[in-house]
Amino acid sequence: MGTFSIVYFALLIAATAAAAYFKNRTALLLLFTLLIVSFLSGLLGGTNVLVGFTIAAGLLAAAAGVSYSFKEALIAILPPEGAKLMRTAPLTAAFGLLVILTYIVAAIFAPVIAPFGEAEVIGGAFAPPDDQMLLGGDQLGRDLFSRLIYGARNTVGVAIVTTALAFLIGTVAGLVAATMGGWVDQLLGRIVDILLAIPQLIFALLLLTIFGAGIIELTVVIAVLYSPLVFRLTRAVAGNIVVMDYIEAARLRGESTWYLVSREVLPNITAPLAAEFGLRFCFVFLAISALSFLGLGIQPPTADWGSMVRETASLISFGLVTPLIPAAAIALLTVAVNFVVDWMLYISSGLKE
Amino acid sequence: MASEKSVLLTIKDLRIEGYSDEQWIEIVHGVDLTLHRGEVMGLIGESGAGKSTIGLAAMGFTRDGCRISGGSVNFDGIDLTTATRGEKRALRGSRIAYVAQSAAASFNPAHKLFDQHSESARLHRTENWKDSREDAIELYRQLRLPNPDEIGFRYPHQVSGGQLQRAMTAMAMSCRPDLIIFDEPTTALDVTTQIEVLAAIRDIVEQFNTAALYITHDLAVVAQMADRIKVLLKGDEVEEAETVKMLSDPQEDYTKSLWAVRSFERDEKPRPPEGTTPLVSVKGVHASYGPVKVLHDVSFDIHKGRTVAVVGESGSGKSTTARVITGLLPPSEGHVEFLGTPLPRAYKDRTKDQLRQAQMIYQMADTALNPKKSIGEIIGRPAQFYGGLRGADLKKRVDQLLDQIELEPSLYYHRLPSELSGGQKQRVGIARALAAEPTFIICDEVTSALDQLVAEGILRLLDKLQKELDLAYMFITHDLATVRSIADEVVVMKEGKVVEAGGKTEMFTPPHHEYTDLLLSSVPEMDPDWLDKLLKERGGITNLGEAASSQI
Repeated sequence: MGTFSIVYFALLIAATAAAAYFKNRTALLLLFTLLIVSFLSGLLGGTNVLVGFTIAAGLLAAAAGVSYSFKEALIAILPPEGAKLMRTAPLTAAFGLLVILTYIVAAIFAPVIAPFGEAEVIGGAFAPPDDQMLLGGDQLGRDLFSRLIYGARNTVGVAIVTTALAFLIGTVAGLVAATMGGWVDQLLGRIVDILLAIPQLIFALLLLTIFGAGIIELTVVIAVLYSPLVFRLTRAVAGNIVVMDYIEAARLRGESTWYLVSREVLPNITAPLAAEFGLRFCFVFLAISALSFLGLGIQPPTADWGSMVRETASLISFGLVTPLIPAAAIALLTVAVNFVVDWMLYISSGLKE
Repeated sequence: MASEKSVLLTIKDLRIEGYSDEQWIEIVHGVDLTLHRGEVMGLIGESGAGKSTIGLAAMGFTRDGCRISGGSVNFDGIDLTTATRGEKRALRGSRIAYVAQSAAASFNPAHKLFDQHSESARLHRTENWKDSREDAIELYRQLRLPNPDEIGFRYPHQVSGGQLQRAMTAMAMSCRPDLIIFDEPTTALDVTTQIEVLAAIRDIVEQFNTAALYITHDLAVVAQMADRIKVLLKGDEVEEAETVKMLSDPQEDYTKSLWAVRSFERDEKPRPPEGTTPLVSVKGVHASYGPVKVLHDVSFDIHKGRTVAVVGESGSGKSTTARVITGLLPPSEGHVEFLGTPLPRAYKDRTKDQLRQAQMIYQMADTALNPKKSIGEIIGRPAQFYGGLRGADLKKRVDQLLDQIELEPSLYYHRLPSELSGGQKQRVGIARALAAEPTFIICDEVTSALDQLVAEGILRLLDKLQKELDLAYMFITHDLATVRSIADEVVVMKEGKVVEAGGKTEMFTPPHHEYTDLLLSSVPEMDPDWLDKLLKERGGITNLGEAASSQI
């Protein structure tokens, strides 16, 4: 047992005891579980596992620290309204915002940030990381880091456009169905039922095989396939609004359906729709990545995280982490968006008061 | 019996804070209260006076986002502000019970009445299932619930609102508590049902010598129930006195103003000459929701510049009649005429001008105004839609309308409905109706969700507008005090039929139709002996409310 293990356990036991002494239940349970797990895994896996734990804890602490500083910075910068909102935001939301902001910056300034072009061949195939290529090279010797940056632009960009299109179709149809009711509602509802009855990924593969796998086809196909879910949500929340007296008042005034939909109903359902947008964005993003992985999504040489995973997948058998890096980029964004969405749902549900 | 009159609850300098906008704001500023065993104290005041908050604090409870910041609540020797959670739990339900305003919302719809009744009894008195059921039947019998042996097997939605409120009182009584807190138990009920509940509550409280805090904004109700009355205003006590003294000789100006609310009354306007074409005429209307027929041959006229009040219990078809007039519910037979010409049955077939002529003001101002639109937009839209006003003209018109409803334009133009009080929202609803420049307005229970002082303001405003603009009102209400103050003509409805119609003066002088008589005599008066007299007149408590109304 090395010095590291002794210090590790000493610190952990002291922290657990402190938590117990100050009657902090959550902290105590957390630390105690960690202690037991450390004992067991330390016995089985040796010091390395403990080092892993320490690194994980350190990363978590670093992320928390950065998020906290980011949150406080935002409070200081934003106008009073925004600052008030941020002050009540949980740390996870701040973390999510920070990650999303980083991705946006990477996507917009990709040519400035990336040291090389996305299709530029720099070194040998699967070159190891060095000073020139921070994360090494891919199967053709292109810089993985540069491609990761460009990937943010392509993958995220396509995902945003697709989600926006899906929302446009779904929201308009849902609002019209809820406001007009009757046969319009029935018709739209049945069309949606048909779309939902076919497994999405398989349907997408089928349609992309028929129409070809260009960016535009990809966007439209995915948007159409994801719009039924938006339709369902919109129709449900709008259904609660159209029974309100102010809608009745507007109907009795003789207002057109378009006015009812756009001016009276839509402003009242933006909060749940915005939350849903974040959530759907993740699914669309993953769907595009999955399609790219299968070779039907964004086509080479355009950098895209999904296809990057596929192209370097074989490296995993050599114990290299290269294919995991673009996968981690996808995972991180998904987690970040979900953090923000959770926070928005919390706000829109009115739980804050 | 000295012990019978010993002090049960003492509240001293109670201060409660509420959390809003990231800071604690004091909402109850040091209220004292002493309640003896077997005594009923009425807490009255407008909304926001802190009545309910104090009522809950008497159980040592605060709503989420509130905290007791000072003072003490001493219940029979136990300080509830410092008591542990376990101590308070032992008291609640067993020695202190609570009856909420909306029984329908407070009962769990998934369980039978018996099961909900027995819960606290079995928790606190460790009774077995059978004993508590027998006890429940006994209490149901004492509260004059119909069919007491079996009603407990029903689910909450299977019994009427008045019965549910009594079942809730029975539930509160199940442990024979020393103190019951009634939080507006009859506010949501019709007048005819209300007296039934009032009489039952009063009986049972007397019988078990239970002390009670009776929270309400209805002075006539509190006059029947309470031994002492405490008047509250914005978290401060205004005054406290014996009921009789309080009613006859209030000391403070605020109390006097509360007492004077029902004074607003205006005389019936002279009838229009025979043969005048009525503005709106409902002719032999039958209507149904699906297979259920709700209106049977309803006919009445509304003349220019006059107010017709349509009264009746809930479910009598008042609002349905309004829906037929506006065209939301096309009638199955009969039609509605406007200045002699029949209107298309459905609103979708009516012209813009026909729609403009008839406007509506709703009961719940909260759901009648779009929460995401500013007051300026809400009021401006009809003017823009019908009058085609734009830009500066529109702004001028909205300002003028805001002036008419007595709200300062510069202050309210950009506000959202959530930033207004209940009365102000209702005023905005009125302005929206006026913006269309109608000749006829349907007012659907416009004052029933408001405090009496605020409601009076709304009635005066409506009256003023009627004089200025020569409007005709159809006033749907179940409150006869409102009818007395504003109506010219009265139409009484029961089960979808018009049972009596005529001028106001005529309606309020006997002889009446039996049903009108029942409605009229059920309105509580500001006389502490009113309920006793009424009970004597009608021959006991069994002959109230639903029982009485079904005999007609």
